[in-house]
Amino acid sequence: MQTKNSLGPVAEQFAQFDQPLTLSSGQAIEGFKLAYETYGVLRADRRNAVLVCHALNASHHVAGTRLEDPEDIGWWDNMVGPGKPIDTNRFFVVGVNNLGSCFGSTGPTSIHPKTGKPYGNDFPLVTVEDWVEAQALLANRLGIDRFAAVIGGSLGGMQAVEWSIRFPKRVAHALVIASTPRLSAQNIAFNEVARRAILNDPEFHEGAYAEFQAVPRQGLSVARMIGHITYLSDDDMAQKFGRALRNKQGYGYGFDIDFEIESYLRYQGEKFSQYFDANTYLRITKALDYFDPAARADGDLAKALVPAEASFCVISFTTDWRFPPERSREMVSALMRNNAKLVYSEIDAPHGHDAFLMEDPRYHALVRSYFDRVAAEVGCA
Amino acid sequence: MNRPNHSDLELRPDLERIARWIRPKARVLDLGCGDGALLAWLQSEKECLAYGAEINQDQVLACVQRGVNVIQADIDTSLSLFSGNRFDVVILSQALQATHRTEAVLREISELGQEVIVSIPNFGHWSHLVSLLMGRMPVNRRLPYEWYNTPNLHLATVSDFEALLGRLGLTIIEHQYLVESDNGELKSIASLPALRATLALYRFQKQ
Repeated sequence: MQTKNSLGPVAEQFAQFDQPLTLSSGQAIEGFKLAYETYGVLRADRRNAVLVCHALNASHHVAGTRLEDPEDIGWWDNMVGPGKPIDTNRFFVVGVNNLGSCFGSTGPTSIHPKTGKPYGNDFPLVTVEDWVEAQALLANRLGIDRFAAVIGGSLGGMQAVEWSIRFPKRVAHALVIASTPRLSAQNIAFNEVARRAILNDPEFHEGAYAEFQAVPRQGLSVARMIGHITYLSDDDMAQKFGRALRNKQGYGYGFDIDFEIESYLRYQGEKFSQYFDANTYLRITKALDYFDPAARADGDLAKALVPAEASFCVISFTTDWRFPPERSREMVSALMRNNAKLVYSEIDAPHGHDAFLMEDPRYHALVRSYFDRVAAEVGCA
Repeated sequence: MNRPNHSDLELRPDLERIARWIRPKARVLDLGCGDGALLAWLQSEKECLAYGAEINQDQVLACVQRGVNVIQADIDTSLSLFSGNRFDVVILSQALQATHRTEAVLREISELGQEVIVSIPNFGHWSHLVSLLMGRMPVNRRLPYEWYNTPNLHLATVSDFEALLGRLGLTIIEHQYLVESDNGELKSIASLPALRATLALYRFQKQ
């Protein structure tokens, strides 16, 4: 929903990189482009830049409306804009589409320069670390040495954490929202079920579905349904749908939709399968599964975070069972052991994991106040 | 040292007394840190590395606005968040009486810090005894709640508290018995603290 004080139409931009990028897997991408949007003005001293990292199914279109489509409102329009918690009257905000995505940056749907065909399944697996490397190249291109803040929710929060470890001098503040320092076995299990749904769809064709003019729509749709269940809280679902029936006459005694929740999930799944790419979905869920900075430091998260020099703002939501507050507390505990500057808030919000996208007054007040502090530090208050 | 004039960092008198007990550059944990006034003071005046824990969302926000380190946590249930950390000083200012697991909290915080500072309202104050003699639970400026809506679950007299410290093997390093006047000023007293003190501050450590 478009909120008031929205930025209005925003044009997407592209940055082409011709040098090869070596990935965590050891493979390299010869050249690639990143799609991005920017909001606000980069001041002459270039200290007021904020990077917004996106989660699983989002993109560089963070705020405002797309120039080509006034109905297409940015995924965090309630957070970013003039007078919003991340105030574009003060900050120069960059939204970047991650490498391997299907929304404009080079990914499985892009044309492989050597074969002239879409990469499809030939597109390498990219990790959170690879995304951050690519984002840093974009920052160089934009002339940003150091971000006043790097912020993200969920998978976006992982990128903020990785930024703080990988480029400690380039991040003044890291805001890590509804995130986790690593996926649990249960999280990975959900991802695996989603991947199996896609991989077992007869239309998948080993990832070369584009060549067959096919789309593994059923698989993608089921994958999204599974994901969606984990984004909402039990209470939220009960409140929104309960056991309400689609057909008020009663049960259908068949396998068509009986309950409203079934209808809702099918709708979400089908909608998603029309705009999201299956190869991208497979890869992004793997990037989630693989992220584990502690694993690089003998399983010690505090040790992994030692290089970080940023101040941290960690936020979790009480009803988030996908990445519950316990995961954020682990991060907080590790950061405290490292004597990091730190704010941690556990917002009592009913919306589960998706709460990070919602306009909750306590949540937004906190982010707003935190950015007041950031603004004061970089002199753009 | 050239120190800026921190008129906005005027501390509440009881917090000021706690602050005086803390060495410069100490690593401090303030449990139930409220709006972060003490943290801000310790940060700027004593260059402490100070973290606060606070459960109330509005107070957490106030801490963010002050620019202090704050962690939203419930002292009763989430002290494990701080384990693995070692602090020079752990402070629990006028919050112990509102904890559910008071004894366990005392034991746990004495593990977290080299030293612990606790302040408690003295329930044995003579005015409370007068109230009780008149047949009513005391309600006053310092304990402004009725018996049915008070967050204060575990009120104690100074003697009660000192007995518990002894039982838990915690040694008092220093203490102050204080009388709070109506204008908020604090005065130390030496005689008849059990009856006259409204507030007691303790600095103690594990034996």
